Amino acid sequence: LGRDRLDEDAWEEIEDSLIGADVGVEATRQIVDRLRERTRVLGTRNPTELRALLAAELVEALDPTLDRSLKVGGKPSVLLVVGVNGSGKTTTCGKIARVLIADGHSVLLGAADTFRAAASEQLATWAGRVGAEVVRGPEGADPASVAFDAVKKGVDTGVDTVLVDTAGRLQNKVGLMDELGKVKRVVEKQGPVDETLLVLDATTGQNGLEQARVFMEVVDVTGVVLTKLDGTAKGGIVIAVQRKLGIPVKLVGLGEGPDDLAPFEPAAFVDALVGTDA
Amino acid sequence: MFDTLSDRLNGIFTKLRGKGRLTDADIDATAREIRLALLEADVALPVVRAFIARIKERARGSEVSQALNPAQQVIKIVHEELVNVLGGDTRRLQLAKQPPTVIMLAGLQGSGKTTLAGKLARFLAGQGHQPLLVAADLQRPNAVTQLQVLGERAGVEVYAPEPGNGVGDPVDVARASIDHAKRVARDVVIVDTAGRLGIDQEMMAQAANIRDAVDPDEVLFVIDAMVGQDAVNTAEAFRDGVGITGVVLSKLDGDARGGAALSVREVTGQPILFASTGEKLEDFDIFHPDRMASRILGM
Ligand SMILES: Nc1nc2c(ncn2[C@@H]2O[C@H](COP(=O)(O)OP(=O)(O)OP(=O)(O)O)[C@@H](O)[C@H]2O)c(=O)[nH]1
Ligand SMILES: Nc1nc2c(ncn2[C@@H]2O[C@H](COP(=O)(O)OP(=O)(O)OP(=O)(O)O)[C@@H](O)[C@H]2O)c(=O)[nH]1
Ligand SMILES: [K+]
Ligand SMILES: [Mg+2]
Ligand SMILES: [Mg+2]
Repeated sequence: LGRDRLDEDAWEEIEDSLIGADVGVEATRQIVDRLRERTRVLGTRNPTELRALLAAELVEALDPTLDRSLKVGGKPSVLLVVGVNGSGKTTTCGKIARVLIADGHSVLLGAADTFRAAASEQLATWAGRVGAEVVRGPEGADPASVAFDAVKKGVDTGVDTVLVDTAGRLQNKVGLMDELGKVKRVVEKQGPVDETLLVLDATTGQNGLEQARVFMEVVDVTGVVLTKLDGTAKGGIVIAVQRKLGIPVKLVGLGEGPDDLAPFEPAAFVDALVGTDA
Repeated sequence: MFDTLSDRLNGIFTKLRGKGRLTDADIDATAREIRLALLEADVALPVVRAFIARIKERARGSEVSQALNPAQQVIKIVHEELVNVLGGDTRRLQLAKQPPTVIMLAGLQGSGKTTLAGKLARFLAGQGHQPLLVAADLQRPNAVTQLQVLGERAGVEVYAPEPGNGVGDPVDVARASIDHAKRVARDVVIVDTAGRLGIDQEMMAQAANIRDAVDPDEVLFVIDAMVGQDAVNTAEAFRDGVGITGVVLSKLDGDARGGAALSVREVTGQPILFASTGEKLEDFDIFHPDRMASRILGM
């Protein structure tokens, strides 16, 4: 965007920076069309203004008025953490527990990933790090029953929050998605799930939208946690996820440590998205 | 997607019949549609550009204008070129003349390295090798335990002198594993490493140190098939930081189109050796460029 007339190259650069950030072809086109319209109306002439307008357009697409806080307050509040393999669910459980505990909550972690090698050990390590309790089942146990036990124990012992970690599953695996639906239904026998958080890896490309669509359908996702934003990936797919499905990003993951979790800030996210490469 | 690309191109080419030659405008329109198809499949932008340039060249030739169905002919060309870039014939693992053969795994966090370590061990054991798995991820919580479980499932010894979770030096473990392998007569050593970001200089330096400590015959870069435009940055960072001799695409059992395969091939110039296609140790296959080309095009 280093030119002082809005020629086609300037527009192409804008398009390329959005595509390069994984915003996707369709959303990019819609955003650029709206931007062209606005620059016409406003008589925008220079690329600096154009960039500011683009940022404003993207922030708007992310609906900055949305409430992105975690719904905690039930007794206990129950959070279910879901997503595809390796996206950062277990780590995110640990980090969220850390934040809640720092706020004075008591937290119990439910290890409903009974499938992946050493998954419950990993969650137990996180529990130890952040000072949460953990409920585990034997390897290969029914994940729904472990989740049920965790919530039950949470209710019985009066903890503030139960965070249920689930196994990674690709959204096209029907059997595994059915299993996840069952985990949620079984947990709901003891009361509503307050938040179902979809953990999305910022490096994910266009498949991220399909992930969100299917997980939404199966477990009614209430928020996204966008992880691994500390890398070079921009995570632009969440713009399509927000626009098409209305699921807001609530938190971002910025590293592997317990404190590497932050609230999602649309303006800062957009800055990083259009800033460096544009 | 095949239908869509096919339909899109058919739309462009209906005018062609009887005209005999593609105009520049026809070719540009064709190139635009192919570009879209590739971007929707997550092929990285700079890679798309280079690829389209090649396709344009061939679309100008007589093989298209003289075809009965020019749209299908173009798709055939795109497919062929994709297969070409993806590697034509696949290569096998390079085994050392002097055992042990050392295979080091590297990649981003959560890409599928540890699972692949188990898969490779099982695969090689099935071919009569005596592999040794090495737990050199001492950082991610319970990475060592995870590898131990997988080793047990594969029936393969796991060298894990350090407990991990922040305790132990991965470079030392990697170095010592080679002596251990020689002592107990293992002919393949598979070194699992921690996930790391390309921009994390300290961690990339650690990876280079592990590499220098084990002098690997293969450094396999494991990349998630769902990855988007960042594939190029990451592949460049691992190519420059650790050196890559081969690529493994993981999570191909998903429904991502996997355009990253093309990006990584272009950037690293190294072959894609294997496809990881599930969570179980047997979900593992030789990479097939032709299948991948069809997949990227949604055929
Ligand atoms: N750089 C970075 N790494 C992260 C972040 N979140 C998680 N990770 C790393 O990503 C890898 C996978 O994280 P996990 O929490 O195990 O992911 P998961 O979704 O639970 O994985 P499965 O249960 O196997 O599906 C680990 O190496 C984590 O340390 C993040 O925000 N930034
Ligand atoms: N569906 C599917 N899941 C896979 C595949 N390969 C690995 N996984 C899963 O992806 C998640 C991450 O795999 P890991 O092998 O732990 O990945 P990693 O690269 O070692 O992760 P870090 O050590 O944390 O960087 C786990 O849930 C694996 O079961 C695959 O080919 N298909
Ligand atoms: K980033
Ligand atoms: Mg997990
Ligand atoms: Mg690992």
